Amino acid sequence: MPKIVFVDSDGTRHEVEAKSGVSIMENAIANNIDGIEAECGGSCMCATCHCFLEDDLAQKIPAMESDEDEMLGFAAEERRDSSRLSCQVTMTDELDGIVVNLPAEQN
Amino acid sequence: MAAPVVIVGGGQAAVQLCLALRKEKYAGDVVVCSEESELPYHRPPLSKAYITGKTDDEKLLMRPESFYQSRNIDLRLNCMVSAIDPAAKSVTTAQGENLPYQYLVLTMGARARHLPVKGRDAVGVVELRDIKDARQIKDRLSGCKNVVIIGAGFIGLEVAAALNVQGVGVTVFDTAERVMGRAVAPEISRWFEATHRAAGIDIHLGEGITEITAADDGNVSGVVRSNGERINAEMVLIGIGVEPHTDLASAAGLDCENGIVVDQYCQTSDPSVFAAGDCANHPNVFADGRRVRLESVQNATDQARTIASAIAATENNTPPDKPYAAVPWFWSDQAEHSLQMAGLSFDADTHITRGLPADGSFSVFHFRGNDLLAVDSVNASRDHMLARKLLGARISPTRLQAEDVDFDLKTLL
Ligand SMILES: Cc1cc2nc3c(=O)[nH]c(=O)nc-3n(C[C@H](O)[C@H](O)[C@H](O)COP(=O)(O)OP(=O)(O)OC[C@H]3O[C@@H](n4cnc5c(N)ncnc54)[C@H](O)[C@@H]3O)c2cc1C
Ligand code: FES
Repeated sequence: MPKIVFVDSDGTRHEVEAKSGVSIMENAIANNIDGIEAECGGSCMCATCHCFLEDDLAQKIPAMESDEDEMLGFAAEERRDSSRLSCQVTMTDELDGIVVNLPAEQN
Repeated sequence: MAAPVVIVGGGQAAVQLCLALRKEKYAGDVVVCSEESELPYHRPPLSKAYITGKTDDEKLLMRPESFYQSRNIDLRLNCMVSAIDPAAKSVTTAQGENLPYQYLVLTMGARARHLPVKGRDAVGVVELRDIKDARQIKDRLSGCKNVVIIGAGFIGLEVAAALNVQGVGVTVFDTAERVMGRAVAPEISRWFEATHRAAGIDIHLGEGITEITAADDGNVSGVVRSNGERINAEMVLIGIGVEPHTDLASAAGLDCENGIVVDQYCQTSDPSVFAAGDCANHPNVFADGRRVRLESVQNATDQARTIASAIAATENNTPPDKPYAAVPWFWSDQAEHSLQMAGLSFDADTHITRGLPADGSFSVFHFRGNDLLAVDSVNASRDHMLARKLLGARISPTRLQAEDVDFDLKTLL
């Protein structure tokens, strides 16, 4: 099983066994990661699943679609170049070990 | 030890309230009484991906079971609350248990409105409010060639579109003259009507049905139109709106009128009792403080946050200071088309279209005088996002700016 390392804004690391084929958001929820809220359940409508993918592995992730791009403008914490909505990023075996940084605020 | 926060209902608002209370560092006990036998789940996919098997039960869950334990939330399933005693500050469950509360939060949602028509009780006449309904639809679908849907609101059209994509013959009836008539601009209604028709859905507006017919075995066989014509169907979905759950609240003497009446802190007429979500009738700043009742994920979650912050303030002996003031938003996915709405359009007097409906991507800007009240967007997520920002900042484009696709609305922010 691949792993994801979620890192809270205060630096706390949570290494979890991840499931491929579902989103990074769903992996966060399944593992009770507080930094992801996901109020719309992955419909790309709420931006409360914002994360930063600074890891080099992120280059293997397909580019975002325009909906996600627009919605990121709504993130509570300011968007960076590495910003993604975790509900729009599918976990794969290739991303094993990816570090997902979480913002301090989602709302 | 202080009595717990008791939450009645285990849906969207309830789960968000659990999250928000713990985020506000509320350390007291929290008990959630849900009459359902399932862990709380997301309702929106029920009328979209779920019924056609494009998503599964696990994906619907709002949080895994371990969440409730790890956050010290006492989630009780199959636990219907049958009475509230505000004087004693306690609730009674259907099992006869008496639960004291320090704060009570009512998040009971709404029930599907009943259609008083002959034949209503035939097997295969369904509604869609919860996962049990959705499973019934999904199970029945395998033997279905034709489905009749009564009501061209969001749920009716979402289901119609999803089934049509699956190759099921779909006929929709609504007594109103246009689809989603209570919620969107006429231009949007017309666009969806035409688009669904072009995709093969049979839509009859300004027309109800006079009877639902059943075969000898009790299974539904179709409906009778007002002109007497019979239409065959192996399933009939009734989606004519909802009624808020207010019985518990009104029996307890709380003010109710089209929902449980709350103030800007979601507090009911009893200061220890709050209400949120589909069952709460609240003053909304985006309707000039007028009372409304909204049925949306946004409203349920933002009201839950409002209540968590009011409870946290009360615990700190300070008055609540974060009134409910979030920009209303809503979405509806119908086949591959996305409808997104921001603001409240009830009081609009002018509707300006941005973009060309014929291109399949456009928005309608609702104004009252010079003030922007709401924007409905079809396959135009950029307009929707900008609308949410403009409304939140109380900035109105001029009508000319709204209409001019070459004018970048972002420059106003
Ligand atoms: C099929 C469907 C599709 C939808 N699609 C969208 C969409 O695309 N976008 C959007 O924004 N919104 C959508 N909505 C609306 C959204 O799901 C609701 O607005 C939201 O769920 C309201 O949250 P709530 O907590 O107020 O009520 P609910 O989520 O309905 O939860 C209420 C809960 O309380 C329980 N309950 C009631 N009475 C009692 C009692 N006495 N004791 C114990 N438990 C009780 C109910 O069984 C239920 O579990 C949809 C709704 C449905 C049904
Ligand atoms: S969960 Fe709402 S945008 Fe990702």
